[in-house]
Amino acid sequence: MVKTKGASRLPRPDASEPAEAVRLPGGRWHRHLGSLAFIAPGAIWLLAIVGYPLLETIRDSFYNSDSTRFVGVANFKTIFSTADILVTFRNNVIWVIVFPFFVTFLGLVFAVLTERIRWATAFKAIIFMPIAFSATTSGLVWNSIMNIDPHVGMVNATLETVSDWFSPPGLYPVNTSAGQTVAALAATGLRSGPGGTLESTATVAAGQTAKLGLVGISPTALQMIGAAQAVVAPPAPGRVSGLVWRDFSPSHPTDRGTVFSDEDGVAGLSVTLLGGDGSSAGSTVTDSHGDFTFTGVGSGTYRIQLDSSNFSSGFTGIYWLSGTQSLTPTSGLSQTAQALFSIPLVDLSMIIAYLWIWAGFAMVIIGAGLASLNREVLEAARIDGATEWQTFRRVTMPMLAPVLVVVLVTMIINVLKVFDIIVNMAPSTSQANTLAVAMYDYGFASSPSNNGLASAIALILFVLVMPVIYINLKRIR
Amino acid sequence: MTSALRTQGLAQQVARQRWRILRRLRPSRLVLNGIIGLIALFWMLPTISLAIISFRPAGLFNISGWWTVLTAPTQLTLKNYQDLLFSTPHSVIPTGFAAGSILDSLVTTAAITIPATVLVTAISSLAAYSLVFGRWRGRTVVFLGIVALLVVPLQVAIIPVAQLYASFKSLTGITVFGTLPGVVIFHVAFGLPFGIFLMRNFYTGIPKDLLEAGRIDGAGEWTLFRRVVIPLGLPAAASLAIFQFIWVWNDLLVGLVFLGGNAHHTLTLFLYGQTRTLAADYWVISAGAMISVIVPLAIFFAFQRYFVRGVLAGAVK
Repeated sequence: MVKTKGASRLPRPDASEPAEAVRLPGGRWHRHLGSLAFIAPGAIWLLAIVGYPLLETIRDSFYNSDSTRFVGVANFKTIFSTADILVTFRNNVIWVIVFPFFVTFLGLVFAVLTERIRWATAFKAIIFMPIAFSATTSGLVWNSIMNIDPHVGMVNATLETVSDWFSPPGLYPVNTSAGQTVAALAATGLRSGPGGTLESTATVAAGQTAKLGLVGISPTALQMIGAAQAVVAPPAPGRVSGLVWRDFSPSHPTDRGTVFSDEDGVAGLSVTLLGGDGSSAGSTVTDSHGDFTFTGVGSGTYRIQLDSSNFSSGFTGIYWLSGTQSLTPTSGLSQTAQALFSIPLVDLSMIIAYLWIWAGFAMVIIGAGLASLNREVLEAARIDGATEWQTFRRVTMPMLAPVLVVVLVTMIINVLKVFDIIVNMAPSTSQANTLAVAMYDYGFASSPSNNGLASAIALILFVLVMPVIYINLKRIR
Repeated sequence: MTSALRTQGLAQQVARQRWRILRRLRPSRLVLNGIIGLIALFWMLPTISLAIISFRPAGLFNISGWWTVLTAPTQLTLKNYQDLLFSTPHSVIPTGFAAGSILDSLVTTAAITIPATVLVTAISSLAAYSLVFGRWRGRTVVFLGIVALLVVPLQVAIIPVAQLYASFKSLTGITVFGTLPGVVIFHVAFGLPFGIFLMRNFYTGIPKDLLEAGRIDGAGEWTLFRRVVIPLGLPAAASLAIFQFIWVWNDLLVGLVFLGGNAHHTLTLFLYGQTRTLAADYWVISAGAMISVIVPLAIFFAFQRYFVRGVLAGAVK
């Protein structure tokens, strides 16, 4: 539909038909029949598999679930009053508003950039390549890219790296988002302190020792850190010393509080000595046996605190494919309104994946449009002293506008029917469905199927593309 | 004297060349190329990740990212492909060419795609010939009808066509629903509007005098079509065929509906079925996805120019 070199030629009026000056062999009628026969296979095929079914769908959408009884507009009423279908409408609206705009923008940027480099052909092939993949494959690939686990998903892995610069995870992370608590780690001589810390239940003074037992510490973590057998630290005058150890012995699984030979010290733990008023009187780190010592401790009583940084879980991953996490604040709204006005994260993630697929398409079409622009007009603008940006903004863009509209419209039609990427990328429970998915579900995946409802949804899709049909017809004439 | 001059000229030449290289390495140019290079790298990452995941041991997927390959390349293995093709120890996927296996899906996909492509290209060329060179009344109206069909979503047809197949069976006893021909018939129907549109636009550029000359020499319509129009229209037919091939090869929805109940699956159905199982095995999915993209990628790189032309002409689809 874009007017480019040879790709599309608009029809001309049939004025070029020569008068039949010569009597041609075969006769007039024979010839007409001949060329009419050529269109017959296509015409019959289209009438049977597109034309008639279209009429049948219009009829079915006013009939009941097995197309036996006329029900008027009942199916449409159901569509506009069923929360699940309204959610698919919302998703379609998000797709139609967000995706075409961004894909056109990306295509424009790429098309302009490629005009300035020597390896444009290679770059174009790289950007264009995802179109050769099935949307099924792309959905599966992006499903792993957006995986919640930073060890699996590329996006979360990147975010984890960044996040770890600012708040590194502790050596013994407690995953609070998975329901684990720091307080549950306390086994012997410990209680939960303020702000995710643990502190000794008993107070200590200089010359005394403390024995602090933890459970729920992963033996692999200890092994990696290089922890050794737990050894009770000897008391010394003027010092507060102690032991933090893994208070779980495989040989005595129910015994707490005793230090067995098969128990390791919790190494590398940050420990703080708290004064009577709760202020810090010094801090240290446990050695490989789990021992710590504070020297030069004054009189008075102290508590020992295991810092919260030890147990900080760091970044645990964003659930990009969540259908409930909304990008817009919807608290305070009714449940239906929440469902309708939230923008689920999964929609955004899928739109990003879809941009990866289709940006090359937009780039190629816009690139062809750029190449066919009138060079003289651009030259004239430059000679008249317009800057690069002015030329682009005031000359290139207006001349390119029809091409941009074609890309926008094509992409709107495309995402109205978006199906493959959703069923392959989004978890089936995530409420990320669109009209096309709902149509398939009601027509084929549910049992018993509801032909009336599915046809009504299909008809809505058809009505939505009708303006485009009108535009196309007008342009062709 | 002359040798001194020559040396001087050489030095000048070297200096000029160095200046040219320096110009090419201007900072703004470097930055621009750097940015575009980064975009290209970013765009390739998903494909690279899929390829690498498919060559990593199955058990590693949930433990470490594919990028650990950069530091530990020895983890790469062909085992996923061996398992998927010949033995599938930790799942119930059939192997070899048994129905439902990946190789069977490959064959099934080809058995749908090739007829659908050939039929669309042939029928579209015939119809376009009739629309451009025929002399019957109403050609414009028919063409406008085809333009109107260009953007009709296939959703409007799947239920009635499924019913049509069912009534065809009750009339003749021939099963179409759930068979490969049933899928092909539907694909062809929804490939035709674009096919006729593209071929017609190309044929209008063929001089009519060429055909008139043939007619005067006594050539029939079929001869003109075969001997004159088809050879001239080959570039457009190639664009259409490649476009249609990739379109049908990558389809999921039509296969999902019209291959319902068939033990043979298309490649996209194979992959889709894997994600729907409770314990989705990503090793199967990644290796299967790699196998499924080989053919369209090969065609894409071999015929990129024709493919782009088809996309440009098909911006309406």
